Amino acid sequence: MMTERTKVREQDPKVRACNFEEVSLGFNLEEAQLEANRCLHCKIPHCVGACPVGIDIPGFIQKIKEGDVKGAAGVIAKDSSLPAVCGRVCPQETQCEGSCILGIKGESVAIGNLERFTADWCRENGYSAEATDIEKTGHGEKVAIIGSGPAGLACASDLAKWGYDVTIFEALHKIGGVLVYGIPEFRLPKDSVLQHEINEVLKLGVKIETDVIIGRTVTIDQLLDEEGFKAVFIGTGAGLPKFMGIPGENLNGVFSANEFLTRNNLMKAYRDDYLTPIHAGKKVCVVGGGNVAMDAARTALRLGAEVHIIYRRTEVELPARREEVHHAKQEGIVFEMLTNPVEVLGDENGWVKGLKCIRMELGEPDESGRRSPVPIPGSEFEFDTDTVIMALGTSPNPLIASSTHGLETTRRGGLVADENGATTREGIFAGGDAVTGAATVILAMGAGRKAAAAIRDYLSK
Amino acid sequence: MVVSAPRIAKSAKPGQFLIVRNDEKGERVPLTISDYDAEKGTVTIVTQKIGVSSAAIIEREPGEAFADVVGPLGKASELCELSDEELKKMSIVFIAGGVGTAPVYPQAKWLKEHGAHVEVIIGARNEGLLIYTKEMASVCDELHLCTDDGSFGFKGVGTAMLEKLVAEGKHFDRCIAIGPMIMMKFSTLTCIKLGIPVIVSLNTLMVDGTGMCGACRVSVGGKTKFACVDGPEFDGALVDFDEAMRRQGQYKAEEAQDKEKYGFAL
Repeated sequence: MMTERTKVREQDPKVRACNFEEVSLGFNLEEAQLEANRCLHCKIPHCVGACPVGIDIPGFIQKIKEGDVKGAAGVIAKDSSLPAVCGRVCPQETQCEGSCILGIKGESVAIGNLERFTADWCRENGYSAEATDIEKTGHGEKVAIIGSGPAGLACASDLAKWGYDVTIFEALHKIGGVLVYGIPEFRLPKDSVLQHEINEVLKLGVKIETDVIIGRTVTIDQLLDEEGFKAVFIGTGAGLPKFMGIPGENLNGVFSANEFLTRNNLMKAYRDDYLTPIHAGKKVCVVGGGNVAMDAARTALRLGAEVHIIYRRTEVELPARREEVHHAKQEGIVFEMLTNPVEVLGDENGWVKGLKCIRMELGEPDESGRRSPVPIPGSEFEFDTDTVIMALGTSPNPLIASSTHGLETTRRGGLVADENGATTREGIFAGGDAVTGAATVILAMGAGRKAAAAIRDYLSK
Repeated sequence: MVVSAPRIAKSAKPGQFLIVRNDEKGERVPLTISDYDAEKGTVTIVTQKIGVSSAAIIEREPGEAFADVVGPLGKASELCELSDEELKKMSIVFIAGGVGTAPVYPQAKWLKEHGAHVEVIIGARNEGLLIYTKEMASVCDELHLCTDDGSFGFKGVGTAMLEKLVAEGKHFDRCIAIGPMIMMKFSTLTCIKLGIPVIVSLNTLMVDGTGMCGACRVSVGGKTKFACVDGPEFDGALVDFDEAMRRQGQYKAEEAQDKEKYGFAL
């Protein structure tokens, strides 16, 4: 007999549109057990295969069923060091939940919310899950991790567990990479949830140096030659914002989503007691359809603006997590589909006053298999707006590749690395967005873990 | 202000900058490096009370610590890539204005040490605002001081001094102008008129300073560049100064609110 998926409690859309507190309130134990009971425990669990870090999903769900949340946390800890983060930000609908057998005829098990529940319960009850049966292969060999985002944290925690002496170098003043500068508070609370999970990684003995820009403050060659590091993992992400290259993009009031979100999240500009300013305006157009576009739009909304999302394809092609699109709509964000900007219009003082757009239609499928948008001639129109936020994706920062001998990059700026993260130079490994270009938190974590294993093998030679 | 920052002191080069965050709630403030000493592990910064954040930095007492100091950021001066042979043949003039005077110091010092002929013009509104004169005198061949009101040295702006020097028969292979945006704009116009290639150091708005946010974007030769990673130094003749000045004022309204809130009189 199939039961309905347990609904997760959320803040009322009207209320949350005016605050930065978390949207989803998560399951309590009763709800979690109710949901866990829906799991069929398939003989061949497709969900595990679809998880980039291969968490034993039926295993931890079984523990929840039994009411053993600590046991569930232990199962997850074998494969993931950031469950409270992943339970919140993973695109479950295309991974574990998208492969759930229940999803074929009905609704999949809410795996993400169960993972989140497990991590939140442990935090709230002061329990630290420890992964058991770990083989210590390291003897304190020094490994440098560059970047403290999901790839770096995942790589660091595995290596530390195995007995290596791990130091993470972070360019910004806070640890977490995109988790701290990119993802807003209302999706991932920083001080309570994220910081706690980072602290758990640090408890493994991982050292951190913030405010160090590898390639400027010190180079990889210096780390290897002068500071005694035996291997390096590069997890520097994809931090460079893209712009469209249309007229008017440098007008006052046009921002990259990176700038807007960094001011708001890392610098906490939404709070009165922090000094960094942010400009949201009265009417904001966010260009793009990914998670970053949703985050920027919902942030601008919370800062008091009317917000429109401008996307050149249709709703079906929106690359954002389904839940984010759903939440954005509930909160009152307007979606302008099949629309593409052609020019930002300015007033006499050089501030944005409008966005000139063109209507699009879907043509033939492109290389990615998605139908590519084609402009409809003569369909230009003007949109009144005072702020434009470009959320068109990001690309890797070239600094490390250009300041390190022997590191090759692809045409798109990503570091060349094999499936285990080995780069074109011995002893240097890489993974996450720095290799693939902008992707997801969990894929970066998966790459970080693979590279950790490759570093272990390299240092055991 | 001398700051202990061993890693930065070891790798800093003329023309680069760093970012200071005063405390947990402070802004990330970009400041050009005015001197560095790898042995002592220190860097020197010079700043002026412009708003709430710069005031907080200035008011720090010896022995205290900033929340963060990160750098060196940006590219080093292009002239640092030239060989001593090439530099020995060069005559270089700096036009320094306001707090832009401080970052001229390490550049002038470096260029003179590597054999170039170096002259420095320092301009200020009045005598009291002339800074770094003694230090500068020790690292250049000739120092020219100017004040707008004539209270000290030549009466007039730095560009007028440059025109005077050229009219007197001096030849310069390169001019480097560092100071307020408006001063760099007029220095550039004067240099174009005099046929001197000009380099400027842009102090744009920034958040991270590592190429992530794009707040610092500037049109150079019709192309968008990021001052933090492509600069901060650019060929002045290619810079769209009017756009750069407009973009600098982007948060004026918010900054004014902050000043009011923190009871700030300027």
